[in-house]
Amino acid sequence: MSDSLKAVRIGVEGVFYSLTHVPDLVRYGSKPSRETKANHDLAEGLAKKLRSFPEAVAYAPHQVYIGNITPEELNGLTKPWYEKLIEGASVQGRFGDLVDQSRFYSLLAASDQFDLVTFEEKWFQEHAGGGPANGRKPRLRSIAEIKALCDKGAFQLCSGGMLVGAFEAGHAEDANLTAEILLENLAAKVTAAHALRSLLNAVKLHPGEIDYVISCSEEAVGDRYNRGGGNLAKAIAEEVGCENASGSDTKAFCAGPLYAMVHGASLIQSGVCRKVAVVAGGSLAKLGMKFESHLKKGMPVLEDVLGSFAVVLEAAKPNMPCVRLDSAAFHPVRAGASPQAMAEFLAEKPLAKLGMKLTDVDRYGVELHNPEITVPSGSGDVPRTNYLTLAALAVMRGQIQKSQMEDFVRARGMVGYAPTQGHIPSAIVYLGHALDALRDGKIRNAMFISKGSLFLGRMTQLSDGCSFLVEQCPG
Amino acid sequence: MLEGKKVIAIGERDGVPGPVIAECLGGAGLEVVFQVTECFV
Repeated sequence: MSDSLKAVRIGVEGVFYSLTHVPDLVRYGSKPSRETKANHDLAEGLAKKLRSFPEAVAYAPHQVYIGNITPEELNGLTKPWYEKLIEGASVQGRFGDLVDQSRFYSLLAASDQFDLVTFEEKWFQEHAGGGPANGRKPRLRSIAEIKALCDKGAFQLCSGGMLVGAFEAGHAEDANLTAEILLENLAAKVTAAHALRSLLNAVKLHPGEIDYVISCSEEAVGDRYNRGGGNLAKAIAEEVGCENASGSDTKAFCAGPLYAMVHGASLIQSGVCRKVAVVAGGSLAKLGMKFESHLKKGMPVLEDVLGSFAVVLEAAKPNMPCVRLDSAAFHPVRAGASPQAMAEFLAEKPLAKLGMKLTDVDRYGVELHNPEITVPSGSGDVPRTNYLTLAALAVMRGQIQKSQMEDFVRARGMVGYAPTQGHIPSAIVYLGHALDALRDGKIRNAMFISKGSLFLGRMTQLSDGCSFLVEQCPG
Repeated sequence: MLEGKKVIAIGERDGVPGPVIAECLGGAGLEVVFQVTECFV
């Protein structure tokens, strides 16, 4: 393995992952909102199969997400995981947490600068009183006033199916400032802010020490003249109290987080910034995306959480886990969109540049969607498909025998555990476990590979992707 | 046997992209009336 003096390493100070359980917002996911309008029976079925917060906490993949169980341990647990709940599961993880819906509503109210959110006074005081210390005073009204707002078109905010609040549009005519879109955007903002605030607390870093925030959330923030105009990053920085920071958004569908990491690391390497936070909030539109398949199979609706994360990057120190910036690779326009081309350009070529083979990587972080969510709908086991592609490439290059493909997948891959939140499962979700495994000496390195479905936006037929190696800085 | 048949090609992000399916089937004499690549996660 090459470890020349040219190695460019940027330190990872810490990472925090959060899952916000929002069962009453599942019906506002893109798929449920469309399907339940056409079929009211589906709405009833959906409501009956929503999970309680304790059930979401005790769901093994969620415990992996927040760091209390390793992906290797998850692989050994009996399925279905939604039935074999973890006894004594905690909302606090080694590098993450789970947040309940009432707390989320509280955060939503505290971060609202435009009087979009209103809650019923008594319910709010009893259930959601504690927002962040620097949060704004919530707008509280009677239930009659809440109902009147909803009659005028505001979105209902419910708790256990009971109306407790309203979310209003930001403009009477602007299609980009509807209640639906602003709820998505504000949900992304507050979940990302929660992850960053929690990370700064965990690593004992004052928000004022962050120079720059990069958001790779997927929401399109902007009005009718600036759809997707963005800089949610700066709104998140403000929310967390990063008063010395500015920020910007990095978007590339699910490939966004790894691009954001490379951009953040580059800002540090170039000397422009000292500490950069990379953050993303959850995707409300993806809630309940596969709920019909789950209902048909008698399963609970598993897509009931908003995923978020935050990473802080800084100059590398001895023995610190770090991103190898010189290993970063992008998927070029000329590469083509086939899985083999993606693997060549995102794994084989950047490794070869460092004098490494595919078999020199101890663990690959790919798109780690939870198969228990995707397989019932016919979407397959996404991580396994990606690992098999890497293994097949290793066979083609003569690095392993065909008979060793399963060994390659077992040794260098892992079972998926992330909710189908688009950018969240896309490799970055493994960083927390990778840092632990590096510190414990269980692995020497890990390669992160993400892919983005650019073609969904109908601007190009291309896919996209980004990758880099993570390893321990020499002592 | 396939000559002149109309086909809808739906590709998948982690599998075969729509344009690749269309190229192959078009070359085999089918008329591709619609092709798209989708992401199912």
